[in-house]
Amino acid sequence: MPEILEMARAQVLAGGAGLGEAQILEVLRLGDDHLPELLQLAHDVRTKWCGPEVEVEGIVSLKTGGCPEDCHFCSQSGLFASPVRSVWLDIPSLVEAARQTAATGATEFCIVAAVRGPDQRLMAQMREGVKAIREAVEIQVAASLGMLTREQVDELVDMGVHRYNHNLETCRSFFPRVVTTHSWEERWSTLTMVRESGMEVCCGGILGLGESVEQRAEFAAQLAELDPHEVPMNFLNPRPGTPLGDQPVVEGRDALRAIAAFRLAMPRTILRYAGGREITLGDLGTRDGLLGGINAVIVGNYLTTLGRPATEDLALLAELKMPVKALSATL
Amino acid sequence: MTFCDRCGEAAARGDHAACERARALEPPRYCAECRRRMKVQVVPTGWTATCVEHGTRAS
Repeated sequence: MPEILEMARAQVLAGGAGLGEAQILEVLRLGDDHLPELLQLAHDVRTKWCGPEVEVEGIVSLKTGGCPEDCHFCSQSGLFASPVRSVWLDIPSLVEAARQTAATGATEFCIVAAVRGPDQRLMAQMREGVKAIREAVEIQVAASLGMLTREQVDELVDMGVHRYNHNLETCRSFFPRVVTTHSWEERWSTLTMVRESGMEVCCGGILGLGESVEQRAEFAAQLAELDPHEVPMNFLNPRPGTPLGDQPVVEGRDALRAIAAFRLAMPRTILRYAGGREITLGDLGTRDGLLGGINAVIVGNYLTTLGRPATEDLALLAELKMPVKALSATL
Repeated sequence: MTFCDRCGEAAARGDHAACERARALEPPRYCAECRRRMKVQVVPTGWTATCVEHGTRAS
């Protein structure tokens, strides 16, 4: 076994202390011949520090498209020639989406809006929507509405939103190559306010934006410093009309190496499969990731693209003898 | 004339095999009858796509 994995076994598996940036980089540079033992170690770490359960979540877009920001990977930016049009979801459809998500056994339902930050109209929709969901469906409500003011953070807490997603997307040194309309530090500031409010912090990003392997390690270390409750891992699904529309898809083995490395950096976090896994990993890779550090999934469709049917993921979890986390365990 | 519901180009012009493959994991974006961009709503279990002229398609 390579020295870095021996070190990780003692430091992360036995001691529960995540790897630092230089160590993460060593893991990301391991050859394909060491991938099976890396994935096994990451799985052992996940099982020891998180348990066997898998957290299942559904997401929905409350407000799609027309975003004023220029995140180069995003088909919802109004600044690119993307075919995605602006559209709002009505409250009955939002509640129905939550109901269908809960029917899969999911404990989390995240409401997402393509905005820089919420305006009064969006906050009013959230207030009405979260109330309607909480009255009709047994599920935890999360939100992802961009950058927040402290007043908006407090409002979301009052509504009963228990987790807030705001991805850093990539490492600090690469962020200006991906987004120019706001800064990495602005995102960090929102995350700090969310943590101070008592809401759970959900923060991850997208791999395959053109970052180097060193920057991938930097990103994992910066997320570990933030210490989020949940880290969603997306893999770029190049969208037509965006500046990254012709970017190559992350190679499957690199994606698995990254999953394992992120797990070794953050042994206790909820590490969630998010967008892009279908094209990056396929069915076999999805299984490998669940046995290599992942302990949460988004089931069903994403915001503008489609995912595997929830039934397929749930069948895979049953086959792997990984129980779905119960709602009672999240309260 | 009909149009590719992914890229919006004429269906009879060019090769749309890649569009067809991509559509397995994407909802339609253009009306196949008139090429208008549709209003598309994706939810966890499906999608609807509405053309102001030709109505709504759903998964």
